[in-house]
Amino acid sequence: MAPVLEVAGLKTHFFTRAGTVKSVDGVSFHVNRGEVLGLVGESGSGKSVTGFSVMGLIDPPGKIVEGSIKLNGKELVGLDEEGFRKVRGREVAMIFQDPMMTLNPVLRVDTQMIEAVTAHDKVSHKAARERSRDALAKVGIPSPEERLNAYPHQFSGGMRQRVAIAIALLHRPPLIICDEPTTALDVTIQSQILAEMQSLCAETGTALVWITHDLGVVAGLTDRIAVMYAGRIVETGAVDPVLDTPLHPYTSGLLGSLPAEGEPGAPLRQIRGSTPSLAKLPQGCAFAPRCDYAQADCLAQAPAVTAFPGERGVRCHHPLNLAGVAA
Amino acid sequence: MSAPILTLDGVSKRFTKPLDAASKFANWMGAGYTEQVVHAVDGVDLAVTQGEVVGLVGESGCGKSTLGRVVAGIHPPSAGRVSWRGQFTDEMDAQQRRAATLAIQMIFQDPMSSLNPRLRVTDIVGEAPVVHGLVDKAQQDAYVVEMLERVGLDPSYRRRYPHQFSGGQRARIGIARALAVKPQFLVCDESVAALDVSIQAQVLNLFMKLRDELNLTYLFISHDLSVVRHLSDRVVIMYLGRVVEAAPAAELFKGPQHPYAQALLANVPSIAARKKRFAPLKGEIPSPLHPPTGCHFHPRCPMAGPRCKAERPVLKQIAPGHVAACHLHDGGVGALAA
Repeated sequence: MAPVLEVAGLKTHFFTRAGTVKSVDGVSFHVNRGEVLGLVGESGSGKSVTGFSVMGLIDPPGKIVEGSIKLNGKELVGLDEEGFRKVRGREVAMIFQDPMMTLNPVLRVDTQMIEAVTAHDKVSHKAARERSRDALAKVGIPSPEERLNAYPHQFSGGMRQRVAIAIALLHRPPLIICDEPTTALDVTIQSQILAEMQSLCAETGTALVWITHDLGVVAGLTDRIAVMYAGRIVETGAVDPVLDTPLHPYTSGLLGSLPAEGEPGAPLRQIRGSTPSLAKLPQGCAFAPRCDYAQADCLAQAPAVTAFPGERGVRCHHPLNLAGVAA
Repeated sequence: MSAPILTLDGVSKRFTKPLDAASKFANWMGAGYTEQVVHAVDGVDLAVTQGEVVGLVGESGCGKSTLGRVVAGIHPPSAGRVSWRGQFTDEMDAQQRRAATLAIQMIFQDPMSSLNPRLRVTDIVGEAPVVHGLVDKAQQDAYVVEMLERVGLDPSYRRRYPHQFSGGQRARIGIARALAVKPQFLVCDESVAALDVSIQAQVLNLFMKLRDELNLTYLFISHDLSVVRHLSDRVVIMYLGRVVEAAPAAELFKGPQHPYAQALLANVPSIAARKKRFAPLKGEIPSPLHPPTGCHFHPRCPMAGPRCKAERPVLKQIAPGHVAACHLHDGGVGALAA
């Protein structure tokens, strides 16, 4: 079956006075129907910009300079604003980290939801309102009829995120891009949202791109992972092999940095240094200056992707755990 | 075990919103408005011994930061008493109070809003020790260099401003500032929450190194259970202003006793749990303006009975050093106690 989303060689650069910032620099991945893909990385790795690129939300000085984004076989790169309007909400929706920023604070929830319904479907105001109410009920908001008349600030953080999810689900898009939607929430509320997303996606067959820095969430939720570093995907594969036998030293370093994995009290296996500025990336592998395994070729030349069976890939000259892949 | 260096005795902190003029006038006419009171911290007992790391865990609004601020002397408690090295803080004279305030330092979550953006690092770190007479003005520069080296920052950056540093470096500046006045006790309020995992690991390693080098005692406040588990000797879990469970870290993570602690631990995402079925707690954290009666957790508790609604559970010892506040461990949830 053809994938819902196919991104190939995507390059999104920002042309600033301080130089060209290569936020996304040659990213390729795909998402199958009903699948959850975890896009993992630290701040500044380009994971959110990848999501924005798919949604056509890159504003100047940013620009998609190269690559293709195919949604259900339809090319999105180069689509005009009118074209994107037809795609957004109906074929792909996005949920952001902070729903206070995405919901309009001066409009009631019903106004915003009805507008989202009628943007794509010619239905009566009454029918649109009913659909909005049903969507709110579906994401577990108590007394949805009354809550439709509330303003965003009258909701708690978790409830606001549910409203944002309900809006994303209004047109049952085959793909939803979730940009750290649970990061700002408490653990028990995060669990509620994750449970909600799990059951909704199982029900509707919606595919998810889950952008996050939290490897714990990724392990619990996703089918496949793509690990990003400095604008590139450095490792990809199914959840189990990537987390159990990471090929890229960065993935391995990230896992070693998790306090939950170490012996309590023992020093954590840290990655030295900090993430490089995307405006002046090193010449070779972007991770080489922080890597314990770097050799001369790592500094000289950026590695290409080496593919392994089972949709496994790594962008490294000297991958770890190769025995695990061959087996 | 040695005597505790810091003790909290039934400490409460209430924030009151006074009535405005219009409401007072309305009351005079007989409207009956009352002041809004938030019970941020509600009767907490805590003892910390020398060299111990106590992790204080809870979700937003549970009062953990307020409790940290009471410990650090930023807020006076509304009820109850704090004692430092065997002396109640409200009985100290000015000199003793100054010594205690210097000995207990706080490291905040967001270094960008807790570091003065218009001061250079050398002044941020060096000002307090000069003011308090720990070092001479002439030796300030050498002292700042020593402090920056201690926290793993390049001392040649000391003429820079906070905005010229990355998040992890700023966290280190906040730590250096706290260490500059030679504290014995650090209150770390979500000090690593804003950092990326790889940087967070560096800062956590730094905290552990400093503890060994300087014989520090920590009250480590965090919502992140895996961080707390890694760092703490003892863990205290709070819910809506009250302590619900406290135990040695290993014991608590092995067998939490309070239903809230159990739910919290079960909901922590872990890379060991693949494709898991999330089985969340129902409902949300109630507003501390109108906390539920009895046990604060009863509206969300799967085990709650009639007694939970009516009676506040007290902390009961379950095992040595392990206490929990739940009627399940104190005669059951069913019948009301006489």
